[in-house]
Amino acid sequence: MNMGDKTRRDFPILSRVVNGYPLAYLDSAASSQKPAQVIEAIQRYYETHHANVHRSIHTLGEEATELYESARDSVRAFIGARHREEIVFTRGTTEAINLVAQVIGRTLEPGDEIIVTEMEHHSNLIPWQMACRDHGAVIRAVPVLGDGYLDLDAYRRLLSARTKVVALAHVSNVLGTINPVAMMAEQAHQVGALVLADGAQSVPHLPLDVASLGVDFFAFSGHKMLGPTGIGVLYGRREVLGGLEPAWGGGEMIKEVWIDHAQWNDLPWRFEPGTPPIAGAVGLHAAIEYLGKLGMSQVSAHEQSLTAAAMEALARIPGVTLYGPRNPEMKGAVVAFNVEGIHPHDGAALLDQRGIAVRAGHHCAQPLMKRLGIAGTLRASFSVYSVAEDVARLADAVASLRSEL
Amino acid sequence: MALYSSVIRDRFRRPRFHGMLERPDVTGEDVNPLCGDRVRIQARLADGRLTEARWSGDCCAISAAAADVLLELMAGQPAALARELTPASLLERLDADIRPSRMKCVALPLTVLQGALDGQEVAR
Repeated sequence: MNMGDKTRRDFPILSRVVNGYPLAYLDSAASSQKPAQVIEAIQRYYETHHANVHRSIHTLGEEATELYESARDSVRAFIGARHREEIVFTRGTTEAINLVAQVIGRTLEPGDEIIVTEMEHHSNLIPWQMACRDHGAVIRAVPVLGDGYLDLDAYRRLLSARTKVVALAHVSNVLGTINPVAMMAEQAHQVGALVLADGAQSVPHLPLDVASLGVDFFAFSGHKMLGPTGIGVLYGRREVLGGLEPAWGGGEMIKEVWIDHAQWNDLPWRFEPGTPPIAGAVGLHAAIEYLGKLGMSQVSAHEQSLTAAAMEALARIPGVTLYGPRNPEMKGAVVAFNVEGIHPHDGAALLDQRGIAVRAGHHCAQPLMKRLGIAGTLRASFSVYSVAEDVARLADAVASLRSEL
Repeated sequence: MALYSSVIRDRFRRPRFHGMLERPDVTGEDVNPLCGDRVRIQARLADGRLTEARWSGDCCAISAAAADVLLELMAGQPAALARELTPASLLERLDADIRPSRMKCVALPLTVLQGALDGQEVAR
């Protein structure tokens, strides 16, 4: 039995019927579904352990703190970070990137440069635009080539002593391209730049070792990796994170406070003001345990076979254009495509009539859409619970789209 | 009622008012933030009435059909009628079960025409 058939029974939502059809959920890149193990962990937490963390000197407070901090340890191990101080909990990828952009932004000077890529999600672009706007720095973008890969020669030419940060997607949320982050980080470090990788689309799908990736910052979200919404992670290399001022003030991020100044707390709490998403961390911990039991290499192989099957089936349909690398080994678990004469939103609405959930639109990557010369695409994406039947139903429905409108 | 009614499918395949005018008196254009779709409407006016109007753009079947029935409703009518129309007026003509998430697709051509007739080009 393959992975999808085995795991499906763990995901209560997959038994839903949508518009008279069993749900074929092919929108996991936007947000994955949750196994019962995660849902139950959150419920158990609220029913038996909930209190505020770090400050409550009573049994429940200690239990909640223990659960919250053990979630941090599980994240550390899962992504291959060396130290627990390097794991900062945020509300999600977007908040993690904004945190870095804000803190690093304050150190930018006119003429400094931030390098991004043309395939960035808006969440790894707008925070840098804002930082540049506020401090007179300039954004440069690595072009995307026709086959969906980055122009690495152009990247090397863009790097200079003016480059302060290189911010790039580990895996593109549209093209699926797995970018050569380790090599790009090494080149960035040679000119003294810091490197942030957006891991929202890689952590749920690939075995990961941030230490060997060599990045300074790495951001990702819980809800795309079987965990709950409202929890995300910023990994920051200890030597870099330790030298940074906090982004935001509040409780928990301080050691001692006077009326006109304060002393900051140690890592990682310096970057976690206010009551954190405790239940979110508990849910994320359960999601990591679930993925850990499956094994990320197996997860990756399972999704790769579905991605390959989907590309093959869709490519055979007249009028279908695929975007991004065609080699499934160079790709995350997404397939972006268009059907000639069919607007992506009409396509998605018609697929929904058959119980098939896909994403349609610009995928929060408008500069990439402009580069591709299109308004948007349809996008099917896969997770541990996806099965070959989902792909077959998708291909069937896509083949008849043009006759339905 | 179907999401893509026979009216929508028909207007999408065979629009009656699609195209461009050579010397329009007014032009309006706007973008749907949901999807980046763009609708442009051009019209000629005489004595305060729409004598001729055409829509163009890069848009979904729902926006296309909404634009087409809108210009049909407005043909030969006083420009002031555009102010009285609502997305509900278009829905009635479209005879479709449009979800809340797609109501912007129905409303876009109407706001474009209203903006054009107000004498100001709406933001691009």
